[in-house]
Order: sequence, then structure tokens, then C-alpha cells
Amino acid sequence: MTDAAKRAGRDRFRRRAEFVIERALFLSAVGSVLITGGIIAVLVVETIAFFKEVSVLEFLTGTEWTPLFSEKRFGVLPLVAGTALVSAIAMTVALPAGLLSAIYLSEYAPDQVRRTLKPMLEILAGVPTVVYGYFALLFVTPLLQQFIPGLAGFNALAPGLVMGIMILPLVSSLSEDALHAVPTGLREAALALGSTRMQTTLRVVVPAAFSGISASFILGVSRAIGETMIVAVAAGQQPRLTANPLVPVETMTAYIVQVSLGDTPGGTLEYRTIFAVGMLLFAMTFALNLVSNWLRRRFREQYS
Amino acid sequence: MKRLQVRVSRLFGDLLLQSMAILVLALALMALTALLVDVVADGWGRLSWSFLTSFPSRRAADAGIYPALVGTVWVITLTAVLAVPIGIAAAIYLEEYGKSGRLSRLIEVNISNLAGVPSIIYGLLGLALFVRMLGLGRSVIAGAATLALLVLPVVILSTREALRAVPPSIREASLALGATKWQTIWFQVLPIAMPGVLTGLILALSRAIGETAPLITIGALTYVPFAPDSLWSPFTVLPIQIFNWLSRPQEAFAQNASAGIIVLLLVLLGMNAVAIVLRDRYQRRRG
Repeated sequence: MTDAAKRAGRDRFRRRAEFVIERALFLSAVGSVLITGGIIAVLVVETIAFFKEVSVLEFLTGTEWTPLFSEKRFGVLPLVAGTALVSAIAMTVALPAGLLSAIYLSEYAPDQVRRTLKPMLEILAGVPTVVYGYFALLFVTPLLQQFIPGLAGFNALAPGLVMGIMILPLVSSLSEDALHAVPTGLREAALALGSTRMQTTLRVVVPAAFSGISASFILGVSRAIGETMIVAVAAGQQPRLTANPLVPVETMTAYIVQVSLGDTPGGTLEYRTIFAVGMLLFAMTFALNLVSNWLRRRFREQYS
Repeated sequence: MKRLQVRVSRLFGDLLLQSMAILVLALALMALTALLVDVVADGWGRLSWSFLTSFPSRRAADAGIYPALVGTVWVITLTAVLAVPIGIAAAIYLEEYGKSGRLSRLIEVNISNLAGVPSIIYGLLGLALFVRMLGLGRSVIAGAATLALLVLPVVILSTREALRAVPPSIREASLALGATKWQTIWFQVLPIAMPGVLTGLILALSRAIGETAPLITIGALTYVPFAPDSLWSPFTVLPIQIFNWLSRPQEAFAQNASAGIIVLLLVLLGMNAVAIVLRDRYQRRRG
């Protein structure tokens, strides 16, 4: 074989190898779409089976949730209310605190301070949620009970507050990114017109970063709705339709945990309730994530 | 009057905003400190060699975390084996090959959405898919596969970031010298991106170590009197053991939970320390 032929053969082999590698990489990337497909398929199949036995209307509008009792009721509203209550408490902590710290880190803090504070916030985000559950149950609740005598051992307030602390770093770092992306020219213009730093920040930079900041808020809400262990440990297991943060409640996620801890055989109605609740949870968080992504993309396009 | 107001707001506005922000940050860090101090105060006394090497027990004072610790090592190792190659491959495709095109865009949107799906939903997927449909049962492999799906989006996102940080000039130089695309990626891009990739991997896996909800959902046991010895063994992990102790009313078990949390946090701390060292090296090399 001549050199030229050898080289041609090698080239052909290489081209083929390149092709095979690219296909393999492509398949891995497509695999991620299959995960989403799998999640949706599993949830839909079990949810449809669930709705063959329970009417959709009862599920979505019923105010009693007792699938584990002998007298079974399948109204999901108490679980939704529990989730909403805890999430609302979490967001009253995480939104203002997150935005405020983002403003400080992006507009005021000297480099040195920012470089020490940011990793500390990252630590807050990296603590496992079951540890936060411990904190809510055995530290925050007893602490609050000294000031609020009516506070039950399991309640929505303590896990809500702790969840707020957990979500703060997420809101703060995404909002900071948004503020950071606002062109310096806008700040300089405002300052040149005689605004103080605060006026520049609150009236120019924050409004300019609005869609990015709201994206971080929405993502925070989505995280709060899906958070499981804090509420499973510290909020109790009593589904009830209430806005009272002092009594035990049950969230959608905590219900799934409660059923999973028992040995529930597949194919039963009880087993299917967790998929129906999961479907609702997935639909809510998915919608929020889509909106958040859309806002963030729009924000990015605005300034680049 | 108006002018005075303006002057006051000029003087104090910035100060007020800053001190409020610092107050908020201080409160958050105080909460973190309180958490750590509380855990250590409660659990330090329970930490001992026998706590690490004993099996759980009905008597709190005899109970230990050995099966949970071994279970965590099994599950996380397997999770890494399953998620890392696929995650890196997907990231390479998205970053180096499929930059345009509707399909890549769809995949991208899909991944960022997956990263926001609550972990317990992955547990439901694992329960229906691995435990029931594929008949893996409530085994180590089912748990690891579930966690692998959970961390995959995180691995892909962080690997892409690391690849993006490699300057295009390196790719161009390699291609100009006649290397093929894959040769360029394998011999040039990946080695440069490696510390960043590793950092991302460690962070993703340390997230998996702390995950509790999806493993409870697939039915990992809360009481395991033996350590797993194969892929098909039933298992428990450290966070589930902690959760189990937390859900008992006796104070002694809460103490066990604190001691378990200390061990869990130390493991995470170790992993994060490695990640930080890697990131440091990475940044220094990039100069």
C-alpha cells in the first residue's frame, strides 16, 4: 500500500470516528429530554388511573384530604393551602432580604466584603434540607414558643422562616446577577444628573433589572413549593385548610413523604394519590420555572 | 422644608439602605451560626468511634450510623458512575457541537427546566420507573439511578460553564494545526476545562449526598440493621437516618440526629474544600 492510500484510509477512519463520537454525544444530550418525557409520562399515567376512581372536580375543589383514613376524601385543597402558607412565609423572608442583600452586594459592598460574603451565602444554600428541618423543629420552634404561647410543636411558621433563609441565597445571587448586568452607563448618567447612590440604585438600576429580579423571585417561589424535608420534619402531617401559621399543616411534598414512609403497594389508590399530588406539584413548579426562564432570557437580550 | 427633606434623604438614604442590607446579611449569618452551634452543642457528646461503627438500635445510646454511612458511599459512588459520563458527554455536545439549531435550543431549555424540578418529583419517577417498572426493587442501584437523573442537569450546566471558559483561540489553534474536532476537544479543551469540570462535579455530588426526599419516595428503608453489600441490597443513607431519628419524640434520638448531622456536614465540608482548592488552582492557571 502506498503512503497516500494509507493516509486516505486513516482519514476515512478518522472521519467515521468523528461521526460516531458526535452521534454518541448527541444521544447523551437527547437523553435529558427523555428524563422530562419520563417524568411527564409516569405522572400522567398514574394520575389518569387515579382520576378513573376519583373525579377531577372532587380532587381540585374538595376541602378534605383523608385518603389514608377509612372514610376517604380526596380534596387536595388542604395540601395546597399548607404549601401556599409555608411558601408565603418563606417568601416574606427571602424576597426582601434577598433583594436587599443583592443591592448591597452589587452596588455598595467593597470588593473585599463581597468576596467574603458571597461564599458564606453559598454555604447557606449548600446545607442539606434535612438539617434545616432539624433547625426548624428543635431550635426555631422552641425559640418562637417563648414569644408566641399558642405555637404548636409542629407549625407552618418555623419551617416557613427557615425555608426563607434557605432560599435567600438563591434570590440574592440571581438578583445580583441581574443588577450586575445593568450597563454602567446608566448608573453614570444618573449620578451625573446629581442623583445619590441610593436614588440611582432604586430608581434606575433596580427598575432596569426588573425582569431579571422577578425571574429570581419566581424561581424562589418555585423552590419553596417543591421543598420537602423542612416541612416533612417540622410542619406536621395534618392536612387542613387554614391560613393560621401556628398550627400543624401538611404540604403536598410532606404528604408524598408520609405515604412513601409507609409500605404502600403499587397499583392501589393510596399509591396513586402521591402521583396525582406530584402531578399538581410538577405542573405548578414547571409553569413557574418556564416564566422565570423566559423573563431571564428577555432580560439578557435587553442588555447584550 | 422640601429642601431639608432632600438633604436629609441624601445624607441618610444611602446609610439606611446599607445598614438595612448589612443587618439582613448579619441575621442570615447569625442563623447559620446558630444552626451550627446548636447542632454541635447537641451532638458533639454523642460522636464517638462506636457511633460511626454501630448499627441503628431501639436504644438511642447504642445506635450508630454504620449502615447509613456505607449506604451513602455506595449510592453516591454509583450515582457518580452513572451521571458523570453522560453529563459530560451531553455538555460537550451542547457546548462544542450543537450550538445552533432548534433541537439544541429545545434541549437547553429542557435542561434548565429540569434543574428546577423539585427533587421529590425525581423520587416519583424513580419509584415508577426503576423500582416498579424495571423491577429493581428498593435497592442501591434504584436509589443511585434516581439520584443520577437528579444531578444530571446540574452536571451538564456546570460542565458547560467550564467548557465555555476555555478561550476559543485554543480551539482555533488546534484546528488550524490539522487536529479534528474531537482531537481538539479531547487533547486541548477538556484538559484545560478539567478543574472547572471537577469542581462542578463535586458540588453536584455533594448536593446528592444531602438529598433525602427522592430516596424516601423510592422507598429506601428507614431502619436497616445491615450494611448494603451489593447493588441489589436494600439500603439507607445518612440523611434518611437523620430524618428517622428526628421523627421520634425522645430527646436521646434527637441527640443522635445532631451527631449524624455533624458527620454529614463534615463530609460535605471535606468535599467542598476539595472543590475550592480546585477552583483556586483553576483561577490561578487562567491568570
